[in-house]
Amino acid sequence: MATYEFIDHKFDVVVVGAGGSGLRAALGCAQAGLKTACITKVFPTRSHTVAAQGGISASLGNMGEDDWRWHMYDTVKGSDWLGDQDAIEYLCRNAPAAVYELEHWGVPFSRTEDGKIYQRAFGGMTKNYGEAPIQRTCAAADRTGHAMLHTMYGQSLANATEFFIEYFALDLIMDEGVCRGVTAWKLDDGTLHRFQAQMVILATGGYGRSYFSATSAHTCTGDGGGMTLRAGLPLQDMEFVQFHPTGIYGSGCLITEGARGEGGYLTNSEGERFMERYAPTVKDLAPRDMVSRAMTMEIREGRGVGPKKDHIFLHLDHLDPKILHERLPGISESAKIFAGVDVTKQPIPVIPTVHYNMGGVPTNFYSEVVTKAGTNPDQVVPGLMAVGEAACVSVHGANRLGSNSLIDLVVFGRSAALRAADILKAGATQPELKPAMTDWHLGRFDRFRNANGGTTTADLRLEMQMAMQEDAAVYRTSTALASGVQRMETVQAKRADLKVTDRTMVWNSDLMETLELDNLIGQAVVTVVGAHNRTESRGAHAHEDFPDRDDKNWMKHTLTWFDDASGKVKIDDRPVHNFTLSNDIAYIPPKARVY
Amino acid sequence: MVQLRLPKNSRVTPGKHHPAPAGAGKTKTFKVYRYDPELGQNPRWDTYDVDTTACGPMVLDILIHIKNYMDPTLTFRRSCREGICGSCAMVIDGRNALACLQGHAECKGDKIMIGPLPHMPVVKDLVPDLTLFYAQYASVEPWLHTETPEPQKEWKQTPEDRAKLDGLYECILCACCSTSCPSYWWNQEKYLGPAALLHAYRWIIDSRDEATGARLDELEDPFKLYRCHTIMNCAQVCPKGLNPAKAIAEVKKMLVDRVV
Repeated sequence: MATYEFIDHKFDVVVVGAGGSGLRAALGCAQAGLKTACITKVFPTRSHTVAAQGGISASLGNMGEDDWRWHMYDTVKGSDWLGDQDAIEYLCRNAPAAVYELEHWGVPFSRTEDGKIYQRAFGGMTKNYGEAPIQRTCAAADRTGHAMLHTMYGQSLANATEFFIEYFALDLIMDEGVCRGVTAWKLDDGTLHRFQAQMVILATGGYGRSYFSATSAHTCTGDGGGMTLRAGLPLQDMEFVQFHPTGIYGSGCLITEGARGEGGYLTNSEGERFMERYAPTVKDLAPRDMVSRAMTMEIREGRGVGPKKDHIFLHLDHLDPKILHERLPGISESAKIFAGVDVTKQPIPVIPTVHYNMGGVPTNFYSEVVTKAGTNPDQVVPGLMAVGEAACVSVHGANRLGSNSLIDLVVFGRSAALRAADILKAGATQPELKPAMTDWHLGRFDRFRNANGGTTTADLRLEMQMAMQEDAAVYRTSTALASGVQRMETVQAKRADLKVTDRTMVWNSDLMETLELDNLIGQAVVTVVGAHNRTESRGAHAHEDFPDRDDKNWMKHTLTWFDDASGKVKIDDRPVHNFTLSNDIAYIPPKARVY
Repeated sequence: MVQLRLPKNSRVTPGKHHPAPAGAGKTKTFKVYRYDPELGQNPRWDTYDVDTTACGPMVLDILIHIKNYMDPTLTFRRSCREGICGSCAMVIDGRNALACLQGHAECKGDKIMIGPLPHMPVVKDLVPDLTLFYAQYASVEPWLHTETPEPQKEWKQTPEDRAKLDGLYECILCACCSTSCPSYWWNQEKYLGPAALLHAYRWIIDSRDEATGARLDELEDPFKLYRCHTIMNCAQVCPKGLNPAKAIAEVKKMLVDRVV
């Protein structure tokens, strides 16, 4: 093996990732007087938060009466009761303050006539515990994520956050169950770095690119999830993969749910507004899992549109062009560029497209990573936190509601910072790192750098993506999932046969894509194994052989460990929290999920 | 007469030719700038005959196809592939653009040239060093400055005042504008460039911001602002259809207004 040397850094906190949750966590830690580094593989404003469109949910009540308890009820019901209700209470109660904070930082929210933040309707958001749709989603036109991310990056500059940009995180430095830091590769000069910290906060996003067609960016490779698995820690609820109903047919680019929030609707080949049949109360504003299933069902029954009858139309052509221009300018542009459609005149061809991972690194509502140790299902992993899409806290349970992700980022980014400030002492002495803690990081890096097998990164990635796309789709069957498990076993074994062409150290994107692929593969494996294991249907996991929710046997979180060497998966579970945080709201017991 | 040439180690040499595989459909040739700092060689133009029937419609699809199936060493930044992250800015067919929004069918000629953003140091292949560009952005203090104690809820802003931010806040920091500006090429260590100035104006014109005077003071400088000579390349190339030159003109107008 070539010899590598680390450049050492010591911080109180190291945040990995600079999207919405990473920036919020880093900012909070820095403000609390903790020496904080934020390392990121892309310049902060290129993180995938930038692509969020429709908005951020909070019960501000700017468009009529609202209550955080209604928001909580919707989130619990949206999660198909798999969400932890203490965490959901924390999210919904803290949401309004988090949105006001963003506004005070300068986010250019759209406005109501009286100058307040404009809020639009979104799927599954209702008033008075499911009565009718409500306008709860705070929007900056249809570029809310972009507006937020740029504003938060500006705020980080104001607070002199220390960034390490275009550093690719390799692995967690673990010391007998305690996280002591993270190693990273600096792309622009090829040096390797060892960041020691009292606390590492993973804010690395989802792993959407494990599928062939995803709204996710190319960089959504769930690097934190991969690192967590290699550190011998479990991931939670990975079988729950959200398909967004309206990805543009062909390119997979996102058309916000806000399009339906502003009055858009879906039609099949008969021109029928079919959602009226599937969700009579909220129609096109049903949660994403239900709309995606309805669309898939329409296509299966021969009522898809287009020459192959394999997609659905989204209509905005009945809306006032002025409203489209003011509130949905971004998707009007995307539809033109990627589907050749003038939304004022023609419908947009859309199809359910992989969009979000409800699963991730299990945490409590302080954002501390937890694992199951013996009979304790809430054993905190010292020195490690996770936030945002990388985490599974779990507020989204089996299905996330649209606009609940942006609020998740800032509420739990903040909670991580508050907790870090609470339990850490700035500048506290840290134990010496030993080479044995990082030798395997280098071993893995060097092995992939010099990989000289017969399978290119691109070929293996495609093989994984096709397996996931075909066998872990909107609807799943035991046969398909068994096939998926088999195919992913083949894929993970082929990691040993990878071929990397570029051997350099500076901006070696061939190697970076390979390391990312390795991160994706572990997560894809536990996704499909977890899905095969869960013999019920809940939220985004729609199992045709087990079409009903089974609260008796499956009201529990899946935990999956992945042994990197053997590729074997270990499965266990954790109870879903059946309690709330305070007496202000009682536990919402499960009932049939109809809209 | 003075002969201007690139320094010896920057002159681009002819590079490798990568033919399309046998049985390829309709091919198109792409001439791509290659530079690897670890090779100790001059940059070169590699040519790739790409089977366009195997690719999506955008130039980014071409680059990804090359990387996946013809030459995995080719390096470029990319992320969202839908024109919102600003990663894949480069010069395509003689014009700065986002590779993800530029259709390859729209590129004229039989050889499409693709290079890194002009007049920036090159790290590798199509990856420019944007450190200075980002520092200039940071220098305009792109965050809300207020002195009035914050309200319990949101700052109020009328829809009309909010509309003044349209055409400004949408900037994705791709650097297409600044690196297309001859004035920026000449004076980039002193002239802030169109992107940073557009952002400066975005905060100046925000009705919630209370540092307008200080922000204008900061810009009143012969180089930082006044090196804009309304060449307008910025507005020509902006992939989001923004007009930085207009924002700069507005700042100049405000500076005039405050003295007359």
